[in-house]
Amino acid sequence: MVKTFACSFTATNLDARSGVSSVVDRLRTLGIPAARADEVQIALTEAVNNVVEHAYAENNPGNVRIQAELSPERLWVSIQDAGAPYPDGELPEGKPADVNVPAKNLPEGGFGWFLIRELASQVQYERSEGSNNLSLCFEIQVTSPSAEG
Amino acid sequence: MSLTTTMTDGAQIVKVNAERIDAAMAIQFKEDMRTETEAGPERVILDLSEVQFIDSSGLGAIVAAMKQLGGSRRLDLAGLTPMVEKVFRLTRMDTIFDLYSSLSEATAPASANS
Repeated sequence: MVKTFACSFTATNLDARSGVSSVVDRLRTLGIPAARADEVQIALTEAVNNVVEHAYAENNPGNVRIQAELSPERLWVSIQDAGAPYPDGELPEGKPADVNVPAKNLPEGGFGWFLIRELASQVQYERSEGSNNLSLCFEIQVTSPSAEG
Repeated sequence: MSLTTTMTDGAQIVKVNAERIDAAMAIQFKEDMRTETEAGPERVILDLSEVQFIDSSGLGAIVAAMKQLGGSRRLDLAGLTPMVEKVFRLTRMDTIFDLYSSLSEATAPASANS
């Protein structure tokens, strides 16, 4: 049994926060283990933050749509927006931050894509008809029977 | 964002009274930390026990709060909840800070920690 659901919101920090929370809350009620739901929340937050900060201009936030497709063994979450494409049409490599530097040179950002790539088992990106479609896959062991009904 | 400061022997404890340090509040957190720690003892302990979620913006803001203390003061972290600890561990930022499971552990006499 595959469960699908979706939500849409405006690309602002506060709407992104509640949009991602609503998706993750739904996943929890569908029986995703708590630790995995936490990881989905981290990766999804980073992906949506990128839309808010980079895809849309700050003074003109557009729409973000999250669609989730949960099967017994894996979860696909896709994030769609009509903002600017990723530079050169390619996703960032997501290198780990270099922590072996003097404290004053430590990075204060750039952790997002590293986290996404650490937590998701597959990442796909497609630019089509003026939209960005980013899909993240997570391997799941559903624990509650509610997801099988 | 609300921060509460308590002074103890040799350390300033700053408690974050928020469930999240995320993109929506990272800049505010950094600025509030600057105000809160403008002057004070060499050691600052950030009590994160109320914080249930942090993203890369929040992580960056904590790094920034540490850097703005300057080289002669340090920022220790206490009371990390599981998701916050996970983000620190994944990004290897757990190697940059001294992490304590609770505030009482962070403030225990030094001999007990060694």
